[in-house]
This record gives sequence, structure tokens and C-alpha cells, in this order.
Amino acid sequence: MFPKGTKRKFSDSREEPVAGGEDVNQSSLAAVRMLSSYSLQRQSLLDMSLIKLQLCHMLVEPNLCRSVLIANTVRQIQEEMTQDGTWQIMTQALSAANAAAQCSADRLVATEVLCRQTEAAQGEQVPKPFPVVGSEGCPAKEVLEEEAAAAEVGMTMSTVSPQAPTSYLPGTFGMDPCWEEEETGEDDDDEEEEEDSEECGSGSEGEERERDSLVEDTRTAEQVFGTFEIKNPAPSPDPALEELFSDVDASYYDLDTVLTGMQSVPKMGPYDLLESLSSHGPSPLSSSTSCRSDLNELDHIMEIIVGS
Amino acid sequence: MEAVSCRCYQFNLLLVMLFVTADIISTVEFNHSGELLATGDKGGRVVIFQQELESKNQPQCRGEYNVYSTFQSHEPEFDYLKSLEIEEKINKIRWLPQKNAAQFLLSTNDKTIKLWKISERDKRPEGYNLKEEDGRYRDPTTVTTLRVPVFQPMDLMVEASPRRVFANAHTYHINSISVNSDCETYLSADDLRINLWNLEITDRSFNIVDIKPVNMEELTEVITAAEFHPNQCNTFVYSSSKGTIRLCDMRASALCDQHSKLFEEPEDPSNRSFFSEIISSISDVKFSHSGRYMMTRDYLSVKIWDLNMESRPVETYQVHEYLRSKLCSLYENDCIFDKFECCWNGNDSVVMTGSYNNFFRMFDRGYRQDVTLEASRESSKPRSVLKPRKVCTGGKRKKDEISVDSLDFNKKILHTAWHPQDNIIAVATTNNLYIFQDKL
Repeated sequence: MFPKGTKRKFSDSREEPVAGGEDVNQSSLAAVRMLSSYSLQRQSLLDMSLIKLQLCHMLVEPNLCRSVLIANTVRQIQEEMTQDGTWQIMTQALSAANAAAQCSADRLVATEVLCRQTEAAQGEQVPKPFPVVGSEGCPAKEVLEEEAAAAEVGMTMSTVSPQAPTSYLPGTFGMDPCWEEEETGEDDDDEEEEEDSEECGSGSEGEERERDSLVEDTRTAEQVFGTFEIKNPAPSPDPALEELFSDVDASYYDLDTVLTGMQSVPKMGPYDLLESLSSHGPSPLSSSTSCRSDLNELDHIMEIIVGS
Repeated sequence: MEAVSCRCYQFNLLLVMLFVTADIISTVEFNHSGELLATGDKGGRVVIFQQELESKNQPQCRGEYNVYSTFQSHEPEFDYLKSLEIEEKINKIRWLPQKNAAQFLLSTNDKTIKLWKISERDKRPEGYNLKEEDGRYRDPTTVTTLRVPVFQPMDLMVEASPRRVFANAHTYHINSISVNSDCETYLSADDLRINLWNLEITDRSFNIVDIKPVNMEELTEVITAAEFHPNQCNTFVYSSSKGTIRLCDMRASALCDQHSKLFEEPEDPSNRSFFSEIISSISDVKFSHSGRYMMTRDYLSVKIWDLNMESRPVETYQVHEYLRSKLCSLYENDCIFDKFECCWNGNDSVVMTGSYNNFFRMFDRGYRQDVTLEASRESSKPRSVLKPRKVCTGGKRKKDEISVDSLDFNKKILHTAWHPQDNIIAVATTNNLYIFQDKL
């Protein structure tokens, strides 16, 4: 990836993470870092990429090459942000924002389904992602990151396997009560920016988990090209229907619908999303210097995406 | 007198023809003799131009191209299963080598390839016994004598008829077709697969490359272009969105997923950015006429590869390096995904490719010179030679230079073609076709 200190294309070299210091200083440093030009531009690039992935032309099949390149870019940004720890901060902020929002029972169910699938995807990693106890620390954080990654990468619910209930709702990750507990647990952790110590305070372990969560994020990110076969909302797939469609290569179809992510958010069409986003304007180079306003903006964007 | 390789900056290019099309031009291709030039457009139409024979009256107008034939190659379709439209836009046209009086070409849209026969008719039989000249049947009782119909000359009529339709073999969008040197087979490539066809057989094709992952989640790379070697009928190459080119030998195995050679240039770490992968994606690959080299086009450069060296290209030419600092904006407006094509001249000494603002670039390999020219009505006055253009990258802008910020990114030249023998080039802007010729 990017070795530390390498000059980036966007802007001047970004600020280096500062070691040590008190909590108060670190939170202000975190805020400053968050707003550093490079981070903002990177965030804006991520937002732009996600919008591009969503706004596919519904009439004609989307250009697969373009979609793949954009998805790879998103993955790349996500990996870097995970390394920096910015990813974690953002998802924490999002979960804080979304915790206050109302959740319906449906969405909770869907999230539970996601957790189960996520568990399967993780393999030997975390045996029990749900419910999460804040004091457990690191393993819970990984789940957080992975789900956050999934949330950010674009409302993909490709973890729904053919056997799982297919009530599919995107962007419900922030609604999970387990995140609330997780969040309170993390308040106690220091807001350290350093990669090594951000996880649990133990250096080598943290690094290893970093790598692991990186792998998970990659996998989740790749779920942009989800594999659920047909957009069949029926709870129990009709075997005859499945057989009928069994030899159809619906993967292109999948790509289209998954990338648009609009299937389960019927209220919001692709152009609505664009309009609402443009009216709020990501304005990465705004003069606002408070972390809170930036988080509010992210919160706003996530709300729109989630359709809450 | 020895043949001197022509220096591209010494070309004196004159505009010989400007054709305005109804739709956006999507492909341009000379046939093997250069006498015919085919264009395909977004509306599924093919227009073929023919070079007029040298006229004694006007020696200056050698090689003027006129419209020869126009036909609708593909129609829009609707895929009912996926509820998606299939565009009729012609992605590629490839001519077959001429075997008899008729000409054959392959044209393809996203899903279907068609073989078209273009033939001339300049005489027709007249003097039927049972039919009038207009085709109405005569009353048999009025027939009192018998005569033999004879062929009478008529105005030249060019007919295009579809001889083969190669359908239902591609799940993804076809980006390339390439006729084999054996003249019996051809390949068609989409984003994830390459199929081999026999020109005579439409209901069967062989899959020779398949890069579709078992899990579509793991998809990170697609096929962007493919071409058969001009001389070796067993060899073909395909390029990818990650900037690699794979050379495959069909003798090695039925499925050529294992490449024989992999051409890839290591990334320059000092130029690394989030856009590195996107700009490394290869939009076109073309073998040289000799078959010794191949050329690839990525977003910012043209690279010449020696087939014997996989580690790096032997030559690299920057097409519009001044865009490197604008990649973020170009990503935003989607221009970064534009697929530029490239082409060789007849003796492989000069390569050409398009750019923005209706500019196109020529690179002389021998003399290491390059030139930027513009295809526009304003700069293509009849009888006047094209003037080289220059983009000002920073600092003071000289007279006649154009600054990077003034470039029009909607005016892009994606498709260019070079006559196989002469210095005649076809350059397509959005919906104008320019044919330039070296001043005699």
C-alpha cells in the first residue's frame, strides 16, 4: 500500500500520526487529522466512487470494466483508510448517529442474518459476532470494521445465500444494537491514531488483527459483485422456479442490481440520491473545522443512503 | 532511390474528405487494400467509403473517398430475461481478406456478430418473356414470340447482405473481434471470455479464454481487447484492465487460460495514486504489420512491446501527460474511462492515437519525433496543410498554444485508422469523419 510519508498525488503530504499525549490532545489531533486535506479528498473520492457505482443506467447493462475499476478504487481507499484508522472513526461516528434513529423489527432481523453470514465468511476469525460485549475489545472491533466496510461499500447484502431468508434490506448495519454496546465500550479506549495501538493497546496483536481485518474488509468489499442469483423476494425459493433459472447466467444482473443497491429502497431512485447528495454537498474543502459538522455530514449522507 | 521511412512531422496532411454522420461514430477500419473504409456508428449503421481511382484530370485528388454503401447492420434489441436493452452500437468492424469480387466484413455490437457480403451489381437481365420490365407479369396470351434475356449495363448498385449471424455466445459485452490469418476462423472477446468461431459455422463456437471467477465477488480484472497475430494463426493476445497483456498459443491447450507470455511493466512508485490502476487499464492492443511488435494504449500513453520481451515495453510515448494532474476531475466526469484506440502506419514506422479537444497524435518511432494535430472544421481548410498544435502545460502560454484548462473534453478522438500502404488517415471525431492525405 502506501508507505508512510510517501507524497500523495492529491495534495501536500499529510500530517503524520502523533504518538503519545493525553486524551484531550489526541481527540483534537484526531479532528485535525480528519479534516486534513488529503483525508477529505480521499473521502470525497470514496463518496464519488460509491455514487458512480450506484448510478447505473437501468435500461442498458452497465459497463463491467468501468464498474470493476471503480470498485477496485473503492477497495483501495477502504484498505488505506482501515490502515490509518480513519475507517474506524468514521464508522463509529456513523453508528453513533444511527443509534438514535428508529429501527424497525424487520431491519433488526436482517442485520442478524447479516451477522450470521458474516460469521460464516470470517471463518475461524470471530466465533460469535452477535451479541457483542463492549469489554471484549478487539474481536468485536473486527466485526465492527467488517460490517462498517460492508455498509460503506455500498449497501450490499450479497451475504444472503440462497438458503437464508431473503428479506433483504441494505444499510441496516448501523441499527444493530450490538453496535451501541460496542460504542460505549470503545469510549474508554484512547483515541490513539497509531495503527499498532488503536486496536487493543497491544502492539503485535494489533498488527495481526489489522491484517486480518484488512483481509475481511477486502472480502466484504468484493461483495459488491454479490452472488445472489435472482432478485426473488419470496421467502422460500420455489424449486421449480430455481430450476427454471438455474442455467441463466444472472451474474450480470446481480452486478447491476447490487451496485445500484436500489432494489430494497424503493422510495429513492438513483436521481433522487444524486439530488439529495448534491444539495447537501460533500464540500470537502469547506472551512468548517469542527469534527462534529463533518460527522453530521457523513451522518446525513448515510441516512440518505440507508433511506431512513 | 532508397525508401526512406517517412517522418511524421514532415507529413503535409490535407483534408480530402469530411463526412458528417447522423450518429456518433464508434469504429473506423480500412480494408486490406485500403480501397475501402468502413465506419460503424451508434445507430447500428455501417457506412463504407471507396477510394476513387486516380484521375488524370485531377492528379491532386488521388484517393478521394466517396460513399460506396450504407446499410443497417444491427438493430436495437431487448433482452427479456434481464429486462435490459441491447445497444445496436457497432463496437468493431473487421474486414476479411478479399477472395473474389465481393467484399466481406464482420461487424459486431455488444452481443451479436454478423458477416456481411458487399457486392456490386452493374448489369441486369432484360427482355423476359413472361415479365414486363417493371416486374409485372404479362398476360400469357399476349406472348407470341420467344426471346433470350440479355444482360444490359445499369447504374452501379452496391448491395450489402448478411451472410452469417453469430449470436448468443456472449454473456458480457463484446469489445473485440479479430480475423485469423488462416481466413477461416476469428475470435470474439467480451469482458470475461474469448470465443473462437469458424466463419462458416454460426451455431457453435469454442471458448478459448475464460477469466470469470467462480465467485463474481472476486472479480477484479476484465478483458479489454484481443487480437490475432497477423502471421501466426495459433497466436493471439488479450489485454486487461490491470494493464497486462497475455499472449496465448492455441496449440498448447484447448482452453488458453494459461498464457504463454505475460507482458507487464512494473509500476512506477513515484507516480502512484488512487487512479494508478484505472489509467493503466489497456484500451486497445494492435500487432504491428510485421508481427514482431505490438502496441498498447492506456489512458496516458502508448507503449510498443517486443514480443520477445515481457518485462517492459521497448518504447513508451506520452500522449497527454499534462492530464496526469487532472485525474481527479477526469474521474469525476468519467473521461478517465474513455477507451482510445491506436494504429500503425503501413510500414510500422509511425503510430497514431487520439486525444481530447479533437487532437490526435502521431509518434515517429525511428526519428523519435511526435506531432499533435487537430481534426476540426476551423483548422482543416481545403488546400491548406494541417498545422501542428501545442498544449501549454504551465507558465506563459505562447501564441497558438492552447492551455490545458481550455481543452474540450467532450471533443474526443477515440477512433483512428491508417491506410495499409499510403499516408492516408481516417480520424473520427464525435460525428465527423475526416480523411487526411499526405500532400503530393
